[in-house]
Amino acid sequence: MTGKEYRTITDVKGPLVFLNKTEPVAFGEIVTLRLSNGTIKNGQVLDTSDDLVIVQVFEGTAKIDRESGVTFMGDVFKLPVSTDLVGRILDGAGRPRDGGPEIVADEKADIIGAAINPYSRQSPNDFIQTGVSAIDLCTSLVRGQKLPIFSASGLPHNDIALQIARQAKLKDSDEEFIVVFCAMGITAEEYNFFRSDLERTGALENAVLFVNLADDPAVERIITPRLALTAAEYLAFEKDYHVLVIYTDMTNYCDALRQIGAAREEVPGRRGYPGYMYTDLAMLYERAGIIKNKKGSITQFPILTMPGDDITHPIPDLSGYITEGQIVISRELHQQGIYPPINVLPSLSRLMGSCIGEKTTREDHKSVSDQMYAAYAQGRELRGLVAIVGEDALNERDKQLLDFSGVFEDKFLRQTRDEDRSIEETLDLCWTLMSAIDTKYLVRLDQKWIDKYHPDNRA
Amino acid sequence: MNNEGVIYRISGPVVTATGMNAAMYDVVRVGHEGLMGEVIELHGEKAVIQVYEDTSGIRPGEPVLNTQETLSVSLGPGLLTQIYDGIQRPLPTLEEEMGVFITRGVDADAFDLEKIWTFEPQVAVGDEVVAGQVIGHVQETETIVHKIMVPPSVSGVVKSIESGDFNVTQTICVLDNGTEMQMMQKWPVRTPRPFQQKYAPETPLITGMRILDFLFPLAKGGAAGIPGPFGSGKTVTQQSLAKYSDAQLVVYIGCGERGNEMTEVLDEFPHLIDPNTGKPLMERTVMIANTSNMPVAAREASVYTGITIAEYFRDMGYDVALMADSTSRWAEAMREISSRLEEMPGEEGYPAYLSSRIAEFYERAGRVETLNGDDGSVTVIGAVSPPGGDISEPVSQGTLRIVKVFWGLDAGLARQRHFPAINWLNSYSLYPQSLDQWFRDNISQDFPEVRTQISGLLQIESELQEIVQLVGSDALPTDQQLTLEVARMIREYFLQQNGFHDVDAYCDIHLQYQMAKAILSFQDAAKSAMAGGAVLNDVVNVPARSDLMRGRFEKGYIDIIADMVKKMTDEIAETVEEN
Repeated sequence: MTGKEYRTITDVKGPLVFLNKTEPVAFGEIVTLRLSNGTIKNGQVLDTSDDLVIVQVFEGTAKIDRESGVTFMGDVFKLPVSTDLVGRILDGAGRPRDGGPEIVADEKADIIGAAINPYSRQSPNDFIQTGVSAIDLCTSLVRGQKLPIFSASGLPHNDIALQIARQAKLKDSDEEFIVVFCAMGITAEEYNFFRSDLERTGALENAVLFVNLADDPAVERIITPRLALTAAEYLAFEKDYHVLVIYTDMTNYCDALRQIGAAREEVPGRRGYPGYMYTDLAMLYERAGIIKNKKGSITQFPILTMPGDDITHPIPDLSGYITEGQIVISRELHQQGIYPPINVLPSLSRLMGSCIGEKTTREDHKSVSDQMYAAYAQGRELRGLVAIVGEDALNERDKQLLDFSGVFEDKFLRQTRDEDRSIEETLDLCWTLMSAIDTKYLVRLDQKWIDKYHPDNRA
Repeated sequence: MNNEGVIYRISGPVVTATGMNAAMYDVVRVGHEGLMGEVIELHGEKAVIQVYEDTSGIRPGEPVLNTQETLSVSLGPGLLTQIYDGIQRPLPTLEEEMGVFITRGVDADAFDLEKIWTFEPQVAVGDEVVAGQVIGHVQETETIVHKIMVPPSVSGVVKSIESGDFNVTQTICVLDNGTEMQMMQKWPVRTPRPFQQKYAPETPLITGMRILDFLFPLAKGGAAGIPGPFGSGKTVTQQSLAKYSDAQLVVYIGCGERGNEMTEVLDEFPHLIDPNTGKPLMERTVMIANTSNMPVAAREASVYTGITIAEYFRDMGYDVALMADSTSRWAEAMREISSRLEEMPGEEGYPAYLSSRIAEFYERAGRVETLNGDDGSVTVIGAVSPPGGDISEPVSQGTLRIVKVFWGLDAGLARQRHFPAINWLNSYSLYPQSLDQWFRDNISQDFPEVRTQISGLLQIESELQEIVQLVGSDALPTDQQLTLEVARMIREYFLQQNGFHDVDAYCDIHLQYQMAKAILSFQDAAKSAMAGGAVLNDVVNVPARSDLMRGRFEKGYIDIIADMVKKMTDEIAETVEEN
């Protein structure tokens, strides 16, 4: 069916082109459009019938007129994949952006990706040490997990993501991750920041970059993460690599989704986002995991900026329902000059229980994590009370907890951008900090760990 | 009749076909690959079909074949321990057929049709049998006897009946009117299975979770909704219910949820022991997993597949519990399909029929007199995932209008690591009245009164807390400070329960009662000690009290709790003398 060029465009609306009188066209088929000035654009079939075909154009519909030629390519969107992808920079539609040659394909993979049979999955339980204390202790990352960063504009989520990409490794192993980096609608400046950091640390050689910048077509953003995940799946499940996928910024992706929904005059859901956004996001996030009898894995680290810092906004909300936890970045901590400004209280790692403890991290991890969290939570709460009644009204226990909350932020959270703390260092630091609190108030610590690890007993 | 048509239009999971005779809800095969779909709308010549598999690459002009059947499930020995997708294809079979990724166009029998089961007849030649009557038994798993029933709408006199080893498609019974019966029967998922009448529920579903059984009990045959924002523990609660509730059978539907979570259940359940029978949990469980990235139309069907299986076991006289996690994803699947159909939307884009579909689904719960006069029940527990945790949205509201038990999960409690994070102030159960007699007869005569005291204390605490927020607890009179201590004990000792702890995860209902009484004993002892001049701080800090509280993590707690309470009250009494 390839080759036949139609000039039957009837309507053009936003990113959509409507045309009629075609041979049967497949749903999801790839389309090329040739404009009268010779420009080539690409698109995909969103709706097909005997009478009317709707095409979504990735590069924007500027200069498309009724004379433009439309060719159906006879196949759905596929990405040429091979290990040559590693070390390359591609644009948001999968074309080389680094001036290098086209990718020589070992095979071509459908970018939509099929769902992993839940029966074929393997439960993730390998602890990844990120070297960031707040994450390692309170929201431990597991190989095969999808753990997003919930951030907001003006916060250093990119630094945190890069630090994790640089430092992430299995405990006691030098095995490195292949980083698949997917940029959606970020600024050239942010992109340069990522690229130069990856170059500086030599990580670029072990990375694949898919880049759609803010001035690239918005609709292309719909396919960019799918390309990235297709590459990740190939590397993980065909070539046995452990892959870390970082995508930023999911908010731009969702806005592109809304743009297309609006152009199709779909009934909008909350805040104008399409009703199928949950399913659509799940088709991305659920492509993380480990498969039985396969060596590789995909760990996802999506970054999203919460519009108006609002965690109930549909984008973080729907993401939170799909992902296995979240790491929440706090503006308040950032303004206090603390890096990384991770607010551990609303942060969560659902898979943490299966990856910490004697065999993987250290026997006291759970106990210490619970105690640090509880003491910090109580200390934070007391700050509110102190604002009303003054510090003098507090009893001894409350004073210690209040002081601890400050120390927690200053000594535990705060670390430099290239400080790589091992989990033992993190846990020992916790014990040192907690020793400022009277042991009788540390009710969540098991006595046997106090005997073994408390600085008073170790000396 | 023309059963063959051609595709006219494809828009995502919705396909339109022309030139075919079709009735509503007919199952059709779409395209050259024969993808499974269901007719959901008719427009003159055109039939609108929702397709249960991915439609990429399908073209207009491809054939559509009407099977003339409605979407049905296969029912018979082999259901238990299975894990299905939304349209009852076993996931292990799919793995064999198409590898680790779910592709399409693969058909799979719901269970092994060749497997041999030992059939023991329960009727003899010449007996008259009616619809729903049990004609024979099959020991399906160690714990469950699968009763082979006469299909609804069939009756007659037994002309011949077999005994011995057969597979599910072999005829085991013939009636005088020529009807042949096999061990497997089919039933359309969207039609509730018939029964004689519904009874009022009067037995509680004991879950082993203190806050649920004690404060907000659910009846066998009842319906409960669990709404909560993400991270508040919906799935953990649902899984605990699947593990520990005293239903004889459990149908667990993972509807549009995480893949790794289903894997966890699959890894865990075969190793877990049912506290009520001592046998592996898997033997009483049927699982349905249609994760969030699997086709959306199959997600819509998954809750119906699940409840039909539950009803089938109910008809055998079993108490069945069905967990649906999460009904919001089911509602979203309806919304997605409705919007593809370009239907006029109701609230928040959901179809106008959303609330009636929710009501119809929960109405399939109930305790019934089955066709054969037996007593069986289906209890439905549906998780709801309200956007932003705000339950004013349509799915939560549609659910709350119909269910009688509301277990409201609370993000604030989850953040304080208070689990299960069920808010005791806004949750409710409308069953206590009908269940109180059971509690009086089986646990203790004063059970309802103890419950009222406990919930009353929590209510008073919430009022006192408002004052404490302003002036600090030291400013309260000592009797109110004591009330706060008692309420704290209720929260930390009684309401909090560690779902991952070997012992604490399941709490016997008798023990629950004893623990509640222990709290009240503390209150009484403390009151009289303080009346005698004891200091609150001494009373609260008697060592025996913390021993009592910690004891719940030890095995055999129920045997020693009375002594521990005694020791505590003695020590509290001694605090008077010290002063």
